[in-house]
Amino acid sequence: MKGPSTFNRVSVAAGLAFLYLPIVLLVIYSFNASRLVTVWGGFSTKWYAALLRDDQLLDALGVTLRVGLISATLATVLGTLAAVALVRSRRGRLLFSGMIYAPLVMPEVILGLSLLLLFVAFGLPRGFWTVTVSHATVTLCYATVVVQARLVSFDGALEEAARDLGCTPVQAFFAVTLPNIAPAVAAAWMLAFTLSLDDLVIASFTSGPGATTLPIRIYSAVRLGVSPEINAISTLLIGLVATGVIAVYLLNMRRRTAAP
Amino acid sequence: MTTSRRPRLNIGAVRSSFAPWTDPTLQPLVRFEGVTKRFGTEIAVNDVSLSIYESEFFALLGPSGCGKTTLMRLLAGFETPDAGRITLADQDLAGRPPHQRPVNMMFQSYALFPHLSVEQNIAFGLKQQGMPREQIADRVVEMLELVRLNGLAGRKPHQLSGGQRQRVALARAIAPNPRMLLLDEPLAALDKKLREETQFELIALQQRLGMTFLIVTHDQEEAMVTADRIAVMREGQIVQIGRPAEVYETPNSRYVADFIGDVNLFEGSVTAADGKLVKMTTADCPAGFEALEDDAVAVGATAWLGVRPEKIQLHLDPPRDGPNRMAGKVADYGYLGDWTTYVVELESGRTVRAARANASRLVARPIACDDPVWLTFTPDAAVVLTR
Repeated sequence: MKGPSTFNRVSVAAGLAFLYLPIVLLVIYSFNASRLVTVWGGFSTKWYAALLRDDQLLDALGVTLRVGLISATLATVLGTLAAVALVRSRRGRLLFSGMIYAPLVMPEVILGLSLLLLFVAFGLPRGFWTVTVSHATVTLCYATVVVQARLVSFDGALEEAARDLGCTPVQAFFAVTLPNIAPAVAAAWMLAFTLSLDDLVIASFTSGPGATTLPIRIYSAVRLGVSPEINAISTLLIGLVATGVIAVYLLNMRRRTAAP
Repeated sequence: MTTSRRPRLNIGAVRSSFAPWTDPTLQPLVRFEGVTKRFGTEIAVNDVSLSIYESEFFALLGPSGCGKTTLMRLLAGFETPDAGRITLADQDLAGRPPHQRPVNMMFQSYALFPHLSVEQNIAFGLKQQGMPREQIADRVVEMLELVRLNGLAGRKPHQLSGGQRQRVALARAIAPNPRMLLLDEPLAALDKKLREETQFELIALQQRLGMTFLIVTHDQEEAMVTADRIAVMREGQIVQIGRPAEVYETPNSRYVADFIGDVNLFEGSVTAADGKLVKMTTADCPAGFEALEDDAVAVGATAWLGVRPEKIQLHLDPPRDGPNRMAGKVADYGYLGDWTTYVVELESGRTVRAARANASRLVARPIACDDPVWLTFTPDAAVVLTR
């Protein structure tokens, strides 16, 4: 077997560098002893320690995690239900799936604006719950797509067999369908959580005082200059997301090797 | 109607007396009354009436798309009839969802739950019935023994062979002890050898349990071997119901004759019918045809004579003149090992298939293509078909 050509090697290296160099730089500078971003002043974890004393940043992290957990859960539950309905329905599937997928291609700014207008129209004070609901709305589409992809290859006879053996449709769903699509549901949740975690646009439209999410906090901090502290928290976020993605991948791998 | 005396392969005399459908005092277990099911504009099941009796092994046979699976799914409760009603043990099943019907189904894909072990699969229906745990364990062991899967209780479905999966599916459907077992193409996924063995296992199982089995299949051999009675379906309707031998030997239409097994159909017109012997003239045989037929046939009407290939004798020397005698030459042949099928081209231009058992390893006079041959059959070998 011949290995990949020089051209292929170079293009892969260039592509990876393009993707990961900025992130690697960010991670490296989070361990920079110097306050100056462009000057390496030796290895230090002091910015991580400083992070622990920065209440504003920690608050923002707490808000983001809570928004992420709740909105991802909400989006996954609704998205799974939507996916089931889409896969099962005989009529109107095209229309409904179009309606579910449309927000995927809608500019985020417009989504954020329309959500803002909705909350204003209903006179809802913007805060934690408006961000959460907005995130659930936006990530719902992604969750649906992920779960639907798995459901399409799911043998509907399994659920019928469960009903034949004495399950109500709801029991059959929980006893047979859900355990079999669980990896996809977990992946959908992770995706929704990640999307919520790094969203700036929607959050900036729909959050209010007391519900500043981490991306908003970082963004406003960066406007005053990049601080190594921001690098540190970003590194932590990257670690969190990477762990999640790898976990989902492993979960799916195990599932695949177990399945015929 | 002529009743067949052909015994079933491994069942013999015991089962041949089993004919509850001939007893007017018996109530059928399942009754379809004028059942119709449409999907959009397409009629899947068209005004079907059918009775199935307790302990019967009943087969729905037909080509794909004939509505046989829909009929079964109507009984299982996965489809709702547009018209007519279905009763089980004299209870109307209308409005009863699948989980409240005392029938279990074995799916064509087996539909084993991939996340559960063999044991858990079999126990699934029992748990739903609310059976106590110890009883479930006993019943699962009993089922595993029944389908000879002892020792595989802990395996997951993907760790089993096709034949083993089929048996798990069977055990799972039987475990809750349904009034009736529905089998949707149960052997379609198995290879030929295993399929033949499994057919006999199914019969033995059904006999042992005394359970009513309804099998849906497109494989006529499967239906013939396993079933007490066969309903042949076509385009949503039942065209004939009878014992396997009845359906094979006395088909009521060209469709049934052609669908079940091979048949040569000769078109002709009836010249005489005395309630016993029917005489026909035809372009294919100068001396005409004679066939035993006790059903009334109108003189002058167009009719078809159906003769199975194995009921046609092939002669290398001209037999004496008379009816049911045709001359031709061998156009082609197919050697099947146990049988050889000869395709004979008649002087009229049409081809006839004649089968010969290869009773001996050697042949005295080999038959080659283009050899002149003569075909004859006896009057009791042919069946007169009017539609």
